[in-house]
Amino acid sequence: MAHEHVPQNPPTGSHAEAHGHPAAEHVHPTARTYFMVGAILTIITIIEVWAYYIPALVASRIFVPALLIMSAAKFVIVVMFYMHLKYDHKLFRSLFAGPLAIAVVTIIALLLLFGQLGDRLRG
Amino acid sequence: MTASAHAPAPAHVHYTTTGLDNRKIAIWAFIGSECMLFASLISTYLIYKGKSRVGPYPHEPWTNPLTGQTQAGILDIPITSASTFVLLMSSLAMVLALAAVQNKHIPKPTRGDRILGSSQLWLFTTALLGAIFLGFQAFEFTAFVNEGLTIKTNLFGSTFFTLTGFHGAHVTVGVIWLVTLLFIDRRRNLGPADALNVDLCALYWHFVDVVWIAIFTLIYLIE
Repeated sequence: MAHEHVPQNPPTGSHAEAHGHPAAEHVHPTARTYFMVGAILTIITIIEVWAYYIPALVASRIFVPALLIMSAAKFVIVVMFYMHLKYDHKLFRSLFAGPLAIAVVTIIALLLLFGQLGDRLRG
Repeated sequence: MTASAHAPAPAHVHYTTTGLDNRKIAIWAFIGSECMLFASLISTYLIYKGKSRVGPYPHEPWTNPLTGQTQAGILDIPITSASTFVLLMSSLAMVLALAAVQNKHIPKPTRGDRILGSSQLWLFTTALLGAIFLGFQAFEFTAFVNEGLTIKTNLFGSTFFTLTGFHGAHVTVGVIWLVTLLFIDRRRNLGPADALNVDLCALYWHFVDVVWIAIFTLIYLIE
């Protein structure tokens, strides 16, 4: 439990350390990195939409896995660079990754029980 | 702009047992819980996908019983792709707004530095792009209702409007939060001491963006 106003971790003069981030971990990317990340996200989105309009690709078995991988890549890039999880404290990573893992497992479990995946497995 | 680091600690920083600010822990815990909320909505959509007894359908053609005409799937990919791009760019503007607040104390000799360092410009851009995204969503919902798809029409309508409606509500809250920050910035210039308040809003905004990344692929692109 947190105790406000009680200097459990004495101040060391650094805002970074006051927020629990060792100074070395708390350097954020530059504006150039942010623009590059924005460009990468745009390119992936263009590829996704482009793939959607190629019937042969949509009919192929790689279409859905490819879209899921590209979507996951965009998700990870935003979380790591824009939400600064790559540079922030490990506790924040756990607070996000834990529930996210539960969420993904829940989706897969429900689909296996009731949905498309279950239908496929049952033949 | 060079790599940014936080400014000296403001006087009101509260030290905690974890060494982390309570508000930042709270927003990450909130975002974690929101992951599970959207997972339940997405899985409900996917479970009922393809199980509607009457049209309109998302991708498949359907025959309108009133007119007897066969119509294409109802989802409009070009429009949604544009709105997806708008939301992605709003995330870029948001992260630039946060960097501008964090680096307010650093001198900005060039015009480029001054543009990059204008927190008001980037907060306004983020809020504007968020509002444009909501405009796209309002357009899409209106078009669907005109084509005969409401929340009561079929399983697709119920799950689609619930999922995207919840997301739209989150975007609306984000836009209100951004406009509030913009007003505060105009009144008393947000500085490095306010960086955490902007960071909390930024985390929420980026989360709304990543949820849309998942929705766009799972609902719109995968048939």
